[in-house]
Amino acid sequence: MKKVILFVGLCATLSSCTVVKEYQKSRINDSEMELSSRKSEKFEQAFYLYREGASGANGGKSGGGCGCN
Amino acid sequence: MKKIVLAIGIYCSLLHGSKAQQVAYSRSHAQEFLNDSTEYSKRKLKFEEANIVTGYYDQDGNNSAITGGIGTEKLTDLANSLELRFSKLDRYNRTHSFTADFNIDQYTSASSDKIDPLTISSASRKDTHIYPSIAWSVKDDLLGTTQGLAYSYSTEYDYKSHGFTASYAKLSKDKNTEWSFKGGAFLDTYMAILPSELRPANYPSGAHGDQKGIDYKPRNSFNASFAVSQVINQRLQVMAMIEPSFQEGLLSTPFHRVYFTNGNETVEKLPGTRFKLPVGFRLSYFMGDNTIIRAFYRAYIDDWGMAAHTANLEVPYKISPFFSISPFYRFNIQGRVNYFKAYGQHSTTETYYTSDYDLSSFTSQFMGVGLRLSPPGGIASLVNWNSLEVRYGYYSRSNGMIGHSISMSIKIK
Repeated sequence: MKKVILFVGLCATLSSCTVVKEYQKSRINDSEMELSSRKSEKFEQAFYLYREGASGANGGKSGGGCGCN
Repeated sequence: MKKIVLAIGIYCSLLHGSKAQQVAYSRSHAQEFLNDSTEYSKRKLKFEEANIVTGYYDQDGNNSAITGGIGTEKLTDLANSLELRFSKLDRYNRTHSFTADFNIDQYTSASSDKIDPLTISSASRKDTHIYPSIAWSVKDDLLGTTQGLAYSYSTEYDYKSHGFTASYAKLSKDKNTEWSFKGGAFLDTYMAILPSELRPANYPSGAHGDQKGIDYKPRNSFNASFAVSQVINQRLQVMAMIEPSFQEGLLSTPFHRVYFTNGNETVEKLPGTRFKLPVGFRLSYFMGDNTIIRAFYRAYIDDWGMAAHTANLEVPYKISPFFSISPFYRFNIQGRVNYFKAYGQHSTTETYYTSDYDLSSFTSQFMGVGLRLSPPGGIASLVNWNSLEVRYGYYSRSNGMIGHSISMSIKIK
């Protein structure tokens, strides 16, 4: 329950940040700043999924396929 | 004093006036551009980009689940992917994106050869994993919404999967906050290939030409994902994500062996359901003029008793605006599921049992470096070749498994 409250609190905090205008986003829009995995990480995420017990919440694949070898 | 206040007041008014003019100009210019581009590109299907990714992964260890937690885990995987993306404007100025993604893995697995030790080649000693997907999304800039649907298919020798995904995202008016939701269902079917010595009489081996009467078992996964991303300031943006997942069906692998304390042998047995709850947090920070910090953290729990923490830090350094080098380090720690024990440690009185070391307690580390090249005139003077990424990483687990991964990604626009 504490974690859920923390998550909701975090979301509320994030929503109250300073407004950054589009013309001020030259750094935010840099391709290295993307909040997602790189294309070249695609297959790394597959072996994490198969070789480790935890999965999800990383933008990668979280279902389908076996990986049982 | 009055003069100073007056001077500051006049300066502020001028500054405000000039900013207001700038904003007004930007808006009218943007509107003009929008109108022009709308007129020009309406209803034409346009090629956006192609991404080609090639990867090679090699691992070795000595805890194969197929042989009960001992034995080789040698595996190689050559993976290739081609993604094509197109877009089209409709009459309401919404952007429709169409993505087709085709992936093929060719792998060899030494442990799979032990499913049937009497033959040289078992069903999936060498296998090809093919997994294409198609996706469609509609982005409405006026409403700030993006809605999407996707279908994916995955096939291996003994495994088939159909995946369906729906997504919705809403961008705030100031374009600094995005809320997104994604729901997915993966409906899988598993061919129950058993170790040769544990097959009932007349049970097929699963090899080509010997599958008549073999069992097929379902394994279904249902995922939901809620995420919020936020631009904090001109240099920092963050994202938080929670992704509950529920699985049901045959969650054990039918050819994984388990050895009991009394020397008897059976196949892995695990509960028919599993609920997973990962919570992730991402951060990107532009530090100074050349350095970027990309960080990721995930906490994970599930109802099989596993808890895990994963942290990843990558620090791209821009040697020039178009060339960067990115060292990275990832650390993962996980506790074992309640049903895991090592080779020969399980008691026959237990309800569930596995000796799959992927579900055991361990720490793992992955470290390496990536290079990214993205010159404005294209790579090798080819204007459409937008970028090239090369990445190498070394993987090690505290139980002795090691792996190497090398990948290359090409973007064509």
